[in-house]
Amino acid sequence: MDSLEVDLLRQMTRVRRVEETIAELYGEQEMRCPVHLSIGQEAIAVGVCSALHKRDVVVSAHRSHAHYLAKGCDLTSMLCELYGKKDGCAGGKGGSMHLVDMENGQLAAVPIVGSAIPIGEGAAYGYKLQSEERLVVIFLGDGATEEGVFSESLDFASLHGLRVIFVVENNLYSVYTPLGLRQSSDRSITRIAQGHGVRAFSGDGNDVLEVFNAAHQVNEYATENNAPALIEFSTYRWLEHCGPNWDDELGYREDGELDRWMSKCPIRNLQNNLIEQGMLDKDVLALMESEIQQEIDLAIDHAKRADFPDAPALFTHVYG
Amino acid sequence: MERDDSVILMGLGVPDPKGIFGTTLGLQERFGSSRVMDIPTAENGVTGVAIGAALTGMRPILTHQRVEFSLLSIEQIINQAAKWCYMTDGKASVPLVIRCIIGRGWGQGPQHSQSLEPIFAHVPGMKVVLPSTASDAKGMLISAVEDNNPVVILEHRWLHETYGEVQAGYFKTDIEKARVVRVGKDLTIVSYSYMLLEVLRAAEVLADYGVEVEVVDLRSIRPVDEETVFSSVAKTGRLLCVDNGWSHLNIGGEIIARVVENKFKDLKSAPKRLGIKDVPIPSTRALANLVYVSQHDILMAVEAQLNTTLNISYKNVVQLDDRPDQNFLGPF
Repeated sequence: MDSLEVDLLRQMTRVRRVEETIAELYGEQEMRCPVHLSIGQEAIAVGVCSALHKRDVVVSAHRSHAHYLAKGCDLTSMLCELYGKKDGCAGGKGGSMHLVDMENGQLAAVPIVGSAIPIGEGAAYGYKLQSEERLVVIFLGDGATEEGVFSESLDFASLHGLRVIFVVENNLYSVYTPLGLRQSSDRSITRIAQGHGVRAFSGDGNDVLEVFNAAHQVNEYATENNAPALIEFSTYRWLEHCGPNWDDELGYREDGELDRWMSKCPIRNLQNNLIEQGMLDKDVLALMESEIQQEIDLAIDHAKRADFPDAPALFTHVYG
Repeated sequence: MERDDSVILMGLGVPDPKGIFGTTLGLQERFGSSRVMDIPTAENGVTGVAIGAALTGMRPILTHQRVEFSLLSIEQIINQAAKWCYMTDGKASVPLVIRCIIGRGWGQGPQHSQSLEPIFAHVPGMKVVLPSTASDAKGMLISAVEDNNPVVILEHRWLHETYGEVQAGYFKTDIEKARVVRVGKDLTIVSYSYMLLEVLRAAEVLADYGVEVEVVDLRSIRPVDEETVFSSVAKTGRLLCVDNGWSHLNIGGEIIARVVENKFKDLKSAPKRLGIKDVPIPSTRALANLVYVSQHDILMAVEAQLNTTLNISYKNVVQLDDRPDQNFLGPF
């Protein structure tokens, strides 16, 4: 049985390998939907989700693969969805931007930036009215904090004492537009939250143990106080906004910025620390990688061979 | 709300002393403030909250005192609520009712007079209904609440000034079927919401001149009960549609298109649609009274389609007014 640290490493590695596999196979043109990969940002998803119970739920925007997987949702269903197959978690009708797995707690993932925020909050409100002991984590990016609905949601959560954790993944970019062109340098996401009466914290999004501990404390705070909280984590996305490729050659990132952040790789750094501390040896690591690879290979194989939905499925479930 | 604890009511001013034209008076006292709640001035966020709550098993009724306010949340309505069941392939749906007050009068002006129903009706995945009577308002609301899909109910403010027989207790009215309100043989008039009442008044006048029009209350514009319309046109051979809003891309246009596509051989004359003048609605009654479809307009359209002159004494025809009735004192 893994220690907490090794388990966190395993989970991050799994997410990374899945995303790398998607990037590698994307050129085969069988996954035909926009994909927004989480490479570089795994620690936030894994740290936050590891501090949740299965009964808790998460909502995400377009960059949701890491959240979905870290929450314990089904990998094969996810890949089938990307391949547009009927076994996909949304029957092929949603694609990568609409991952859902109600049983395991991915309540929603919607690509309209900011739109999932009040929906996640509404779930928390519904659980409160029905006296259900669940937390709701709302994953959002720095861009989403610019949407008016972010402020509306902070106010509502504070007003109604909702057990909602806003997890802001500040990765400095909104597609190609850097933070400095979108937000005043005097603007502070955590102070905005505090201004609405929401307790706010910040942390290093590339240190999975820091993320986990912060998330755990915030979850306790929210549960004990019936109050929302926000954590802003700094992180960085390695690949392009949408798609499988590197894009540093486009020149929108600062010189050396990508390299600096890659040297803060959450996976490699934890791995090295654990090896140094004697908590992980090369054989365990090799076994971990091979188990992960095996799981992914099976899931990809299934997804490739699975059937597409047939024509009548076009008209199903327009109404419930 | 009594039968089902999962029904909750949210909206700006819901617990107000005026109670949304009296429709929510006393509810907060009866059901508590967790189930009947006022909201921050944050229509977009609150609509998302209602959607999220619906996903956990609640049945929210959201109210907007002007349909224009709902536009602040049109993204949540069209992109999220209407798509949810389909984009999750049926894993969840959004049983959300959104009541919007529409319509005109007392100088409400460009941003407080619109009806905008075609915007909502365009989108698959939601249902859009417009009751024209008190009984339908009750029965259709109950059906809408029990429906597992997002239902937008557009309630005309002037209909809130009308009275009618309403069955006591629980009953449901099918929100997907139109209703023949007046039987006739000479021409079919399709309308809905407040204009249905104007059409019925015009029908009375026409009857005095020997013209018997059949009046169909659409009630629902998504879905549209085209079969009822088709049956009526098969009988009369003529079609006039009278809308509440502008003509461009309106409901009348949709009905006419369907009839022409499917039942062209039944038509004896070209169908026609009436809508308000193609301008934003001004406040001054001097101009507002020129905007709307008048009884005169309806009567002239019928005459034209019947290719006849009825010599109707127009001095007896009701003039357009910016009030639902002469006792109306405002302010809104």
